[in-house]
Amino acid sequence: MKNKEPLFSAQSLKLIKNPFNKENPITVQVLGICSALAVTAKMQPAVVMAISVTVVVALSNVICSLLRNTIPPRIRIIVQLVIVSLLVILVDQVLKAFVYDVSKQLSVFVSLIVTNCIVMGRIEAFALNNKPFPSLLDGIGNGLGYGMILLVVSFVRELFGSGTLWGYKVVPEWLYAHGYANNSLMIMPPMALIVVGLIVWFHRTRNKDLCE
Amino acid sequence: MFSNKYIFVYSTILVVLAAAILSIAAVALKPFQEKNIKIEKMQQLLACVGIESTPKNAESLYNKFFTQEVAVNAKGEIEDDYSNGRLQGNKRPFDLVVKEQLDKAKSGDQSAVMPVYICTKDGRKTYVVPVSGNGLWGGIWGNVALGEDLSTIVGVNFDHKGETPGLGAEITTKAFQQQFNGKTIFDNTTFKSVSVEKRADKNDPHAVDAISGGTITSQGVSSMLYDCLSFYIPYLNNNKTK
Repeated sequence: MKNKEPLFSAQSLKLIKNPFNKENPITVQVLGICSALAVTAKMQPAVVMAISVTVVVALSNVICSLLRNTIPPRIRIIVQLVIVSLLVILVDQVLKAFVYDVSKQLSVFVSLIVTNCIVMGRIEAFALNNKPFPSLLDGIGNGLGYGMILLVVSFVRELFGSGTLWGYKVVPEWLYAHGYANNSLMIMPPMALIVVGLIVWFHRTRNKDLCE
Repeated sequence: MFSNKYIFVYSTILVVLAAAILSIAAVALKPFQEKNIKIEKMQQLLACVGIESTPKNAESLYNKFFTQEVAVNAKGEIEDDYSNGRLQGNKRPFDLVVKEQLDKAKSGDQSAVMPVYICTKDGRKTYVVPVSGNGLWGGIWGNVALGEDLSTIVGVNFDHKGETPGLGAEITTKAFQQQFNGKTIFDNTTFKSVSVEKRADKNDPHAVDAISGGTITSQGVSSMLYDCLSFYIPYLNNNKTK
């Protein structure tokens, strides 16, 4: 008889940890860049987006993993798409019902989670060949790995672009009085790309093996 | 291998299941979503008369200041009246869908009615009328607040579905909307509306400056104001003479 693996073995913990570092969806796998540019001008929408993506990746991974032996390979992409869009619509409806103003800021980007490569990417690469529990961990790990980058980018952009954090003013008035101005380039999407680029740069200088 | 039959049955069950889950969710969450939309509408009306509100206090502020809502027809007669929580007529004017009513009015349907929200603040009345029209990519809408003379604009706000950020979407900015304050929609007794024009003269009481690069949206605002406000001419005239 095979020994039962403990619930949080080193193997399964790695599934959660790796996306934060050497398998980060944004900086290493280069997935989900589009939404990372779009929703990171302020921290609050970025966090809501990160949570939404985590929920969708985790649940769609679990569902696809549960169904993995019954899904006919010929229509598997369609099946995955139905599951993912089902979850995304649910998330969208819940946001509209309970955090209306944030859902208005996120506008189309919630529904565009469907096209977020992280979701389909993790289902194809992981959930279809693994058991539900590891798939859940993989989904949570990747969602949070994505969220971490969003958080860093939105922190930088909100601080320097609007002088606020989570909507609260942090740059003191006297600084403005002495000629400090918010950098409006920070609010533009290209700046998110530059910030992500800086993160990738920093990440790779610390992990030489990631460089091609 | 999976047979064709299996694939058909599998996909059918999957889709039906997904549809069922979504319908349940939609029905269960609808009351919450509708409440949010209602509160947003109240906030926009409050903003139009210069009252800042948060989603939490919007409803109580609205009930405090907007003491009367009326639905008026094309002849200027009041069909439904909702004041201080009591409704006279069929339907609360607040729940009217402006766009539907406008389409009705355009097709010559006499049953079209449009809402007027009457705000009483510091003993003065402000009449807020909703407007709705088309921009470049989709719908635009908003509210116009008229002072006691029923001609001078005391506040406007606009919103849009998907105008270009930085160009047409600028109609939602304070800078654009504040231009409307103090303009008049009547020249003595003739209806003039307020048009959005390129290089408008600041002293012209019926024109404001358009948005550079947002020409179609600017024209959309012009015609939206003209079309919607003309519906109210009989009502406004009736109330002026009083």
